[in-house]
Amino acid sequence: MVSPPARKLPRLEPDTAFYWTCGADDVLRIQRCGDCGTWQHPPLPLCAQCRSEAVAPETVSGKGRLASYTVNHEPWLPGLAVPFVFGVVELAEQPELYVFCNVLAAIGHVAVGMALTVEFERHEDVWLPMFREERA
Amino acid sequence: MTDLPEKRVCITGAAQSQVGRPSQRSALQLTADACLAAIADAGLRVENIDGIATYPGKSSEGGGIAPVSPSEAAAVLGIEPRWILASAEGFSHMAPIFNAVTAIACGLARHVVVFRSVAQAQARARSRASTLMAGPRERVDGNNAWTVPYNALSPINTFALYAQAYFARYGATEAQLGAIAVNSRANAAHNANAVYRNALTLDDYLASRVISSPLRLLDCDSHIDGSTAIVLSHRDAAADLRNPPIRIDAMGMATGGLWVGRHEGDFTQMPGAIRAARMLWNRTELTPAQMDCAQIYDGFSIHVWMWMEALGLVSPGEACRFVEGGARIAIGGQLPLNTGGGQLSAGRFHGYGHIHEACVQLWERGGGRQVRGARTCLVSNGGYGYGTMVLRRD
Ligand SMILES: [Zn+2]
Repeated sequence: MVSPPARKLPRLEPDTAFYWTCGADDVLRIQRCGDCGTWQHPPLPLCAQCRSEAVAPETVSGKGRLASYTVNHEPWLPGLAVPFVFGVVELAEQPELYVFCNVLAAIGHVAVGMALTVEFERHEDVWLPMFREERA
Repeated sequence: MTDLPEKRVCITGAAQSQVGRPSQRSALQLTADACLAAIADAGLRVENIDGIATYPGKSSEGGGIAPVSPSEAAAVLGIEPRWILASAEGFSHMAPIFNAVTAIACGLARHVVVFRSVAQAQARARSRASTLMAGPRERVDGNNAWTVPYNALSPINTFALYAQAYFARYGATEAQLGAIAVNSRANAAHNANAVYRNALTLDDYLASRVISSPLRLLDCDSHIDGSTAIVLSHRDAAADLRNPPIRIDAMGMATGGLWVGRHEGDFTQMPGAIRAARMLWNRTELTPAQMDCAQIYDGFSIHVWMWMEALGLVSPGEACRFVEGGARIAIGGQLPLNTGGGQLSAGRFHGYGHIHEACVQLWERGGGRQVRGARTCLVSNGGYGYGTMVLRRD
């Protein structure tokens, strides 16, 4: 019996740590430009739209739509639990503002375009943003 | 347009080492095999070579994706280069070719050997996890930090997102996607250096296991050990050599999207590939309809559809229907595609299999897979960075 491998966690780096720890407050935060209002992810030291350095994490709704997904069946590492859903969510705040996640839903129920809401899964000092189906 | 640097440069030799899965020869030996054969194919001697370049260079990480540096290749070959380059970033695997073109056009070098070597089968034989994206450290950083924590441990997981989005938007079917793998295998039957040559039917494809939906095992290319080399020469030095010069009629390149972790569009296309294609067609009088064959990057089968649409071979959303049934893309069809088996069946020579096969076709060495009278060939490389060329023999 092989025990499931631990998730490989992200290294907390100066530009990205806020994203991986915002779940401690149970809100999702995305970097936004204070000058032109553009949201950007992954975060950068300046705004890629207007080059302003006035970029900072800001709370978002945590809602979005599933832009695409895949059901992974391959146990890449011994014990990895499969199948699971890997997806990309277009956040409600801005077109083409994408974050990756696992979709926490019955596999037969997952579809492109489905409405999702964020939920956090804590591992050590990291709160991984996950998404599940938004209930009406 | 005659002032463009690529108009002054030709491919004069091309060769591949023997493919292995795994090979008993080291990556450096395989590199020497390919380079020496390519130089001889051009009708040159090693002393004539004054430049050497590769993608990406050497790295201890990455499971055999970067096993040989240009410096050690030059040393083992006995080349004393005036110009040398390892290009890890940029326009995918074609970056050293584009850079060699500019070096030759500027007079920094006259005959450049460009090689691409991979030793991924040897790496996988040592550790199956060696080619995963998680990396050797305790935590993951850089672009992979956005995907690996979600157990998206292979590039297939990312490209499956593109495939699923394409399926959802255009109503494409698994059988349509399977046409890519089936066509590649039919062509590989005539390529003695292809890693997979046994017959493959659409039913076999549909029966193969799903790795990351909608992509199946047979939508994936295969880790191999091997090396490809081409010789680029100034056109003034090409005319008297052994082979009819293959002219680089145009080149196109772009970065963006996946390479920088920033996704554009709706996942049904690769915007960087569209930019590269726009550059390409702006540099030639030729049009997509004039291509006699095409060697289109197929790290995963879905790349082929996205590249075909980016390159204007078909309209957006039409690639799935164009390839359906396979007749249009077979040898003898409207657009013979991946005539040597592509990476899906010939093995992951990592873009350079496609460039080598373009030379095979234009030099009419294809035997049972030869496209009759092929004089133009479109080549594309990459899923993270994007490079494309129109190659032409007069
Ligand atoms: Zn801004």
